[in-house]
Order: sequence, then structure tokens, then C-alpha cells
Amino acid sequence: MQLNFPIFPEQASSMAGQVDALYLFLVLITTFFSLLIAILILYFAIKYRRTPGRQAEQIHGSTLLEIVWTVIPLGISMVIFVWGAVIYYHMERPPANPLEIYGVGKQWMWKFQHPGGQREINTLHVPTGRDVKVTLISQDVIHSFFVPAFRVKQDVLPNRYVFTWFKATQPGTYHLFCSQYCGTKHSGMVGQVVVMTPEDYASWLASGKAEGSLASLGEKAFQQYGCTTCHRPDSGARGPNLEGVYGRPIRLTDNRVVLADDNYIRESILEPNAKVVSGFQSIMPTFRGVVSEDEIIAITEYIKHLSPQQANPLNNRSTPTEIRDSEVPNIQQQNKQQNQQQPAQQTPQGKRPANPSGKKP
Amino acid sequence: MSTATAIVKPVMPERHFLNDNYGIRSWLLTKDHKRIAILYLFSITFFFLIGGVFASLIRLHLLTPNGELFEADTYNKLFTMHGVNMVFFFLIPSVPAVLGNFLVPIMVGTKDLAFPKINLLSWYLYMAGGTFSMAAMVSGGVDSGWTFYAPLSSGYLKTHVIMLAVGVIIAGFSSIFTGLNFIVTVHRMRAPGMTWGRLPLFVWSNYAASLIMILGTPVIAITLILLALERGFHIGIFDPKLGGDPVLFQHMFWFYSHPAVYIMILPGMGVISEIVPCFSRKRVFGYSFVAFSSVAIAVFGFVVWAHHMFVAGISVYSALVFSLLSYAVAIPSAVKVFNWTATMYKGSIEMSTPMLYAMAFIGLFTIGGLTGLFLAALGLDIHIHDTYFVIAHFHYVMVGGMVTAYLGGLHFWWPKITGRMYPEAPAKLAALITFIGFNLTFFPQFILGYMGMPRRYWAYPPEFQVLNVLSSAGASVLAVGFLLPLLYFAWSLKYGEVAGNNPWQATGLEWETSSPPPTHNFHEIPIVTKDPYAYGEDAEVTVVH
Repeated sequence: MQLNFPIFPEQASSMAGQVDALYLFLVLITTFFSLLIAILILYFAIKYRRTPGRQAEQIHGSTLLEIVWTVIPLGISMVIFVWGAVIYYHMERPPANPLEIYGVGKQWMWKFQHPGGQREINTLHVPTGRDVKVTLISQDVIHSFFVPAFRVKQDVLPNRYVFTWFKATQPGTYHLFCSQYCGTKHSGMVGQVVVMTPEDYASWLASGKAEGSLASLGEKAFQQYGCTTCHRPDSGARGPNLEGVYGRPIRLTDNRVVLADDNYIRESILEPNAKVVSGFQSIMPTFRGVVSEDEIIAITEYIKHLSPQQANPLNNRSTPTEIRDSEVPNIQQQNKQQNQQQPAQQTPQGKRPANPSGKKP
Repeated sequence: MSTATAIVKPVMPERHFLNDNYGIRSWLLTKDHKRIAILYLFSITFFFLIGGVFASLIRLHLLTPNGELFEADTYNKLFTMHGVNMVFFFLIPSVPAVLGNFLVPIMVGTKDLAFPKINLLSWYLYMAGGTFSMAAMVSGGVDSGWTFYAPLSSGYLKTHVIMLAVGVIIAGFSSIFTGLNFIVTVHRMRAPGMTWGRLPLFVWSNYAASLIMILGTPVIAITLILLALERGFHIGIFDPKLGGDPVLFQHMFWFYSHPAVYIMILPGMGVISEIVPCFSRKRVFGYSFVAFSSVAIAVFGFVVWAHHMFVAGISVYSALVFSLLSYAVAIPSAVKVFNWTATMYKGSIEMSTPMLYAMAFIGLFTIGGLTGLFLAALGLDIHIHDTYFVIAHFHYVMVGGMVTAYLGGLHFWWPKITGRMYPEAPAKLAALITFIGFNLTFFPQFILGYMGMPRRYWAYPPEFQVLNVLSSAGASVLAVGFLLPLLYFAWSLKYGEVAGNNPWQATGLEWETSSPPPTHNFHEIPIVTKDPYAYGEDAEVTVVH
């Protein structure tokens, strides 16, 4: 048994200090009020203990006191709320230009894919000093990606991508836990996050036996599954051309507008008929059970690279609603203008991501 | 008063609800709320002991980091059955179904609950639910966790999830019937003069808990039925492989299960609101604030459920809203704590066993409540969610709070229920042992949680071992504290001193009738002319018991 046990986890990310500061503030508040109450009740119990002849003094209450001890706790809790919300808001906003890593959870292991094509199981290598965004999905049940030293945690869902991000500050090896109960070997779904200096990280990347970049793996899968048969830029294409589609709003057959992000692309592979691009027919077969989550990630990465200008990475949680507010009027206007001649969907930039030629409604 | 006036040794009443009738039929077909309370007392004690055995085995297993005692699957079944037994078959019925059943009709001054047959039915449903749950347990156990999260429980586990879910659903109906009975009784059957402003705070808090029972419990039934449909018939509701949404399950589950923690704690708060004035010989401080804070907790409690889901993939904005609302529900709890403390001010305080439990409750509930602020703080919850911090927090509220209140209440009303006193010295000792054992068990878990130890771990990294050993050591002390009352309560049934009508010289209608009360509670329906907790209005009479 290790007898010199710590009572604080290591601080190894840019957020750790901020979370710990709030924690310490709350520890102080808790200690203060717990001691206040404990001392008061013990003091009263002793000072006003029942002795022969002692009569209690009847006090009915005091509205002023009630207001005081309603308002003060309310004020303190609002401080805690705002403080916690600020940290959370910061944690939930994706960083600009992060290092993007993909993680897949399954009973009972973690698989990670680096953009360079390096793959790891139950270990994740990251550099210090750089924002790292981990996009996560589960192959089966809900898991949770938890790195105590970074103070980050994110439930990993089986139906959509979620992300978490951190900026590691201290080289070292840290626990990676699954914190959402996921069956028999839940406590075996653990691993390590290895934080390295940028130089060490670069040499680690170089030493890895990658079969090619993630995008190139995606390209292979794209061809292997015959996606190119329909999704190609020439005029005979039966599916939308995917060049430049990533990260842009897409108009659907039912006039809705969605954002072509990771979740949309994944859904379109697994449930092709759920959101069909305007101007096309529901002819694509589902690839559910055929293509793995790892391959979907690679294909998505490939599609990202098809963009003429690489789009800024998108918040996977951003909902189409946000896009619709700003983009829909724009798209609809353009559409009205070109209503007759141009039924296919138009991006605001006027690019044509989809080839309308074959499939006019 | 200092000079003891005539000391009359109390005698047991000749006829009371316990000897009014004999034989097994007179118990199993009884419509007397007091006898049903006794049936509940025995059955929830049984489930508490089973749940306690599971807890002991969990703590025993966690003595070593590498999971040496049980297989992982066995361990998973242990914490599942511990949670299910304790939450659905002990905590939720504990105070309402035992003490509430016994006391609510007497406290409002009537002969029985509004629907005595439904009250009996509620006990049978509880037993049926318990039977299903026990059947699931003996036929191999269930490893879903008490939270039943989908799609794990609906599509992946091989154990008897549906059988356990059926047990919980059936037990839910018993809870609904109890709540219904309380609400109707409080509205329609109060004695003449028993205005809403004169209701004992125990009745107020059970009334508030009843509102949650009848509004919330149907939702858990629906949720578990949907889960069973998906598991049994592959109807896609929660599992994305079948077209469902797993986060939906969590919304529905917590829509009930968060308010359910207020079903558990509110009646306990009611107990404390009775004990503190009695042993301080004072009116409760701020009666109406304590009463309305119960209702406020019940109402706000319904709009905070997603604070269990801050890392589950909900939107940033809903997380912000639920965090804010969670702080709103904390305020009425704080108001109660301050009012209880103020009630002791300038009292004439007697540290009897119930008062010791009440004081322990105030302290432990304060810690439990304040650590809830940690979990409601968004940026901090990300780190401590699903760790031992959460375990420690809810055990401070549920064991430090609720179980302590239940034990305090049981000691307080034991003379009323049985007509005999428990022995004071061992009872005080048990209270002390429980308090020490409890803190030793659960305080280290706060630190473990912040260190990052996830909950439901069969094996853990070696640096967490010291704190786990401390916690397990505390659990063995706690077990002693919980077992002692069983012994001396049983002893007191035969050897305890006869209590008399009002051994504590407390106010409240239940103390005006005999101990144990007659079958119809009162020989004639009382007329209420005084405020509750009218301590100090009559000269005290010292009774030596």
C-alpha cells in the first residue's frame, strides 16, 4: 500500500488550475458554513442544555433573518454559478486550429487515430503547449473519456460525434479512465495519456508505423467501398460531388438546411435517406454494419481534405439551427433568384458542391 | 420545572392497535394505517439489511486495488443490487411508508388514511415489487447499475434486467398510492381547528414528498417500460442501432430520479422539524418558511434533472439553464438548516438520542448539501462527475441525512408505536458509532473523487488504496452502529419501560393519545385550538420514566 497518498490530482493542462481554483473556493465555502452550523448547534446544545429551572425563551421567527439567510446563500451560489459557467463555456468552445485526434470507444478499449495515420490503443500521445481536440464516438454503449490530470471528461455516445479539448502543460504519463459504467470490464477500460514535449512528440510521430495519413486511409476506404462510383465531380455523377462540401450548409430535398459536419457525413453514410441533398434521389444504400467507425472517421477526414480551401474545424455540437438563422435567408434568396434555371443547391459562396445535371426533379 | 410533581408510573393502555386483534389474518388483511406501517417497518428493514450486506461486500472488495475478492461481473451485480435495494426498496418508502403511515392520520387528528384499502394494496405492491427484485437477484443478479442506462441495459447485458425493472415499476405504484393517500387525507380529513397553518411540519414535508410521488413516479414506470420494450422486442427507443437516442433515456430517467431524491429527503427533514423543537422546548423558528421551503423544494426539484447530464452531450445552453436552476433548489434547503439551528437558540436542550440524530442530520446534511454546489458548478462538475465525489455527496445526503433522520424518528416515535422506551445508553452509543463510522466511510470518498477515481470500478490504481481502506474501515464501524438498534429495539419490546402517552412532553396530537394508540387513534376526534409546537405555554410536568 502506498502510504504517502496525494489528496490532489496532478495539474497537467491549461484548465486544471482554473478548475482547482473554483474547487478550493468551494472547499472554503463548505468548510465555513459546515463549521458555522456545527459550532452553533454544539454551542447551543451546551450553553442552553436543560438544567433544572431552565425555561426556553420562545421566539417565533424573524422575517429579517429569513431574508438574510435566503439572500446571502443565493448571492454566493450565483457567484459559484457564474464562475463554473465561465470555465465550462471555455471548455465547450472548440479551440482554433487544434491538433485533431479521433477516438473510438468500445467495450472495453479506446482506439485513437492521429491525422498522420498513427493508431494507438488505450494510449494517447499528445504534445505540450498545443490545443488538442479529441473527437469521440462509441461503437456500442455510452463510455466516458476522463483524464483527471486535465480535468476533462466527456461522455462518448454511440450515435454521434462529441468532442473535448485540452492543452497539456506538463510532460508525463497520466490516467485515462472510462467514467461511464459500460459493462463487465468497465474498470479495465483504462489507459494512459502520454504528454511529450513538441520535439519528443514529433519524433514519436515519425517513429510510428503509419500506413499513410488518415486522409489517405480514408481515400482508400472511399474507393474500396465504391463511393467514387456516384460521388465524383463529372457530369454523370448520381450523388453530390463532395469537393468543398465539408463545413458548409447543405440544402435538403425538404428545404431544410443542415451543416455538412462530421455528424452529418456519418449519418449520410449510415442513414443515407435521412437527409438527402436537394436535387438528388434516395438511391444510396446504407453502409451500416459494413463500414466501421474508424473507417467513417478516415473517410470524413478524406472528405475534409477534398475541400478546395480547408474549412475551419467545426464545433460538432453546433446545431443546424445556428447556421439556418444566418444562412437560410441568404440561401433562399439566392435560390429564388435562380429558381427556374438552377434547382440544385447553392452554397452562399456561389460554389456548386453538387452536380445538378443528371437529377433535375 | 425543577420540582418534580407527582410521579405516576405510566401503565400500558388496556386496548390498543397492537392487541386489538390477533392472528396472521388480522395483520395481512388489516386496514389500520398503524399496522400497515408496522408491516412496512419489517419489510424495509429486511431490504435495508440486504442492501447493507451488498454494501459491506463492496467495501470488503475495495480493500485491495486489483479486484481480488470478486469477479468483475459479480462486483457489478453487487453495486447494482445495493443501489436498487437501497433507493427503491428502502430510502423511498422509509419515512413516508413507516413513520408517515403511522403518524400522518394521527397528526392531522383523524382515524385513518383516506383510502385504507389502497394503503394495504400499496404494501402488497411494494412486496410484489420486492419479490421481483429478489427473484432477479437470486436467479443470477443484474449488472445494469441502479440507473439502468441505455443502450447498455437494453441491448448489451445478459442478465435479468426486465425482471428487475418490473420490480421497480410495481414498487413505484406503491409509492404513488401512498402519496395519493397522504394528499387526500391532508386535504379532506384534518380535525376541526387543524388549519393548514397548524399542520405539523412533518405533515407538510410528507405532503410535499407526496406531490412528487404522484407526479414523478409514473415517468420512471414509463421509462422502464420503454426500456423493457426495447430489450424484449427490439423496438428502437434508446439504442441508436435501432434508431433510438440514448440521451433520451437519461432525460426520462432523471426526470423522475432527481425529484426522487427529494421524495427521500423531504420526509426526513420533516422528522428533524419535529425533533428539534421538542428537545429544545421551543417553537420551531420560522414555521411558515420551513413549511413552504418543503413545497419549494418539491416544485424546483422537477426542473433540475439535467444536472446529472452535464457531460452527457447536452447543449451548452441547456447545461447553463439547469445549472442555474440547481442553485435555486439549494436555497430552500439552506433556509431549513438555518431555521433548525435558530430553533435551538435559547432553548432548553436535552440531548436525548433523537436529538443526537437530529444534530448529526443537520451537520451531515449541511455537508451533503454544500457538496452539491460543487456538482452543480458546470466547469467543476466536468471533473468530478461520475467519480467517488458523487458517491460521497449523495451518501452524505442519503445516509448522513435520510437514514439518520429515519433512525432519529424511529427513536423519537418508538415509545408511541410500541408503548415502551428503548434503552437510552446503548441508543446514544449507537448514534455516536453511526456518526463516526459514517464520516470515516464517506469523507475519504470526496478526496478519492477529486483525485479522479471513477465510480463503479472493480479495480483501481494503487495510489487510491489508502483512502479506500479508510473508507472500508469506516464501513465496518457504520455497520455496528446500524445493527445495535436492531438489538435494543427488539429488547425494548419486552423489557423497555412503559412510556406513557407523552414521554417527551412534546406537542402534537400524536402525543395526546395513548401509546400505543387505540385502533381508531382517538377515543373522540380532537378539536385543535393551539398552534403547533406551542412549547412553553403549559407548565412542564416532569415525568420520570
